[in-house]
Amino acid sequence: MSEGYNFAYLDEQTKRMIRRALLKAVAVPGHQIPFGAREMPLPYGWGTGGIQVTAAILGQSDTLKVIDQGADDTTNAVSIRRFFARTAGVATTTETARASVIQTRHRIPETTLRADQIIVYQVPQPEPLWRLEPSRAACRTMHALAEYGLMHVKLYEDIARYGQVAISYDYPVMVNDRHLMAPSPIPAFDNPKMDRMPALQLFGAGREKRIYAIPPYTSVRSLDFADHPFRPHRAPHACTLCGSRDSYLDEVLTDDRGGRIFVCSDTDYCATRQRKDAA
Amino acid sequence: MAYVAVKGGEKAIDAAHAWLAVERRGDPALPALDLAQIEAQLGRAVDRVMAEGALYDRRLAALAIRQAQGDLVEAAFLLRAFRTTLPRFLASLPLETSAMAIRRRVSAVFKDLPGGQMLGPTTDYTHRLLDFALADPAAALPPAPPEAVPDAARMPRVHDMLGQDGLIEGDGPPTGDEPADLTRQPVSFPASRDLRLQALARGDEGFLLAMGYSTQRGYGGTHPFAGEIRLGEVAVEIAPPELGFAIDIGEITVTECQMVNQFKGSKTVPAQFTRGYGLVFGHNERKAMAMALVDRALRAEELGEEVTAPAQNAEFVLYHCDNVEATGFVEHLKLPHYVDFQSELEAIRRLRATAAAASAEEVVA
Repeated sequence: MSEGYNFAYLDEQTKRMIRRALLKAVAVPGHQIPFGAREMPLPYGWGTGGIQVTAAILGQSDTLKVIDQGADDTTNAVSIRRFFARTAGVATTTETARASVIQTRHRIPETTLRADQIIVYQVPQPEPLWRLEPSRAACRTMHALAEYGLMHVKLYEDIARYGQVAISYDYPVMVNDRHLMAPSPIPAFDNPKMDRMPALQLFGAGREKRIYAIPPYTSVRSLDFADHPFRPHRAPHACTLCGSRDSYLDEVLTDDRGGRIFVCSDTDYCATRQRKDAA
Repeated sequence: MAYVAVKGGEKAIDAAHAWLAVERRGDPALPALDLAQIEAQLGRAVDRVMAEGALYDRRLAALAIRQAQGDLVEAAFLLRAFRTTLPRFLASLPLETSAMAIRRRVSAVFKDLPGGQMLGPTTDYTHRLLDFALADPAAALPPAPPEAVPDAARMPRVHDMLGQDGLIEGDGPPTGDEPADLTRQPVSFPASRDLRLQALARGDEGFLLAMGYSTQRGYGGTHPFAGEIRLGEVAVEIAPPELGFAIDIGEITVTECQMVNQFKGSKTVPAQFTRGYGLVFGHNERKAMAMALVDRALRAEELGEEVTAPAQNAEFVLYHCDNVEATGFVEHLKLPHYVDFQSELEAIRRLRATAAAASAEEVVA
């Protein structure tokens, strides 16, 4: 473990401040709680919010998994996992089922999460209304009044123009039938996994200095209309490596003549399936 | 298979860091840069890094500059990431800049004034011709400048003198409140002036320069005069509650700029000049002046002016002036985004298929 730094890098006062924000966030699902986010030794945009939340909840007996784009071996996931291995000395894993805390950027694992697990999302832009109203002060008032007409109009305009909603990731959700929330830039395919998830879901936005949460088993509804129900999409293929037809796929170009394969974005899910096939 | 290429993150990171270290050191035949040299000979870079890193420590700023290979925004970031781990004991008492040990003091609003104009170590009147003699590290030492003996007691602040006649707005009474600290409480709006000034003091020099400049070109004009710019050393004092009196904990170099701006008044309230204020660690007049312009522009609402320009919009300025936040978020675009991009690919293929089917139907019809 790193000399000269507290367990999991942050000092205990800061962790306590973050935990207070987390408690508020859990008490009002989907509501953004401002918090005194600290500067971290990783740049803003690399997951400073998620790292602070993870640092605040991590205990010595935890097992941490970190993924980026669904994979444990992407450089940023490696870097963050190393950061906690170095500053907290906690056990790390790539197996979803073995992790007690999972920090993620842009995906929710394919394996269903359990009640004894916590998933921490890295959030670049916690305000779901920002593209429609850039003033965060104005957005705050709209949340207070549950005034979400602007977003419904945006969805309606998409349908009028394209015949369908043209948001494919960071697809807005209504949490506990009260707060409109940005699910972070996960593909809309992952949105249904958030609904009544047994695991606690925590969201940290470092640069924007906001924390929010979805308590276990809370209703999370992707915004839609009765005659245009929400539909998650994935590439209509099977994984080249494990054959899965249900998982979210990455498209990988294999040559410059249009050759491509599709493989699971969730590397642990894919590897587990390949091992089972081999056995 | 091509997919293999995106694996192996661990090894790649180690190799990249090793390469970076070699590149940072440069040609091993050359002597390594000494922190004392950076402190002494790249002092303005050290000043900028301390200001934007929000930590007054010349030695650490020099180390950050060396570690960042002279990238000053990266150096400020290194300093910030160190600062954030330090305990915060107390807020200091307000700096008494009227008691500054002055090295430079100029006013653009009076030809002469008590204490006089004092140019100090300025580039203002140099001709920007490359001095090829400086290329030789063995060049002779510059001759000592004539001795200047400024008398701080004889250099009252210009705005205090204007204030005696009520021609300019005063400081206002001290509120006695703990000053705002955006490193502990996230910025919220409306933002108080102390909070705005803190954000500007830490803010990016280039951003403030462009914002200040825009007010001079009609985007939120404030009719400014450089009332006074002073550079020098001031004492920092704290008053720990258990002591009950103030103690001096050291001296820092600061640049202060007081702008005299557009006057306000009415039939019942006598007209008065308004003020914009800039204070920056180290010697940095560009930033202190830009900060004073932006501070005044941000007071538009308070002074009953219409808010139309970016420099007058506190949300716009405060949320975008921090270069550590800005550089992080801009540069994070190089992190992988292929999951989201895949969902966009699928969406655009669906839209194209729908449009193609619709036009095929039209052809048939």
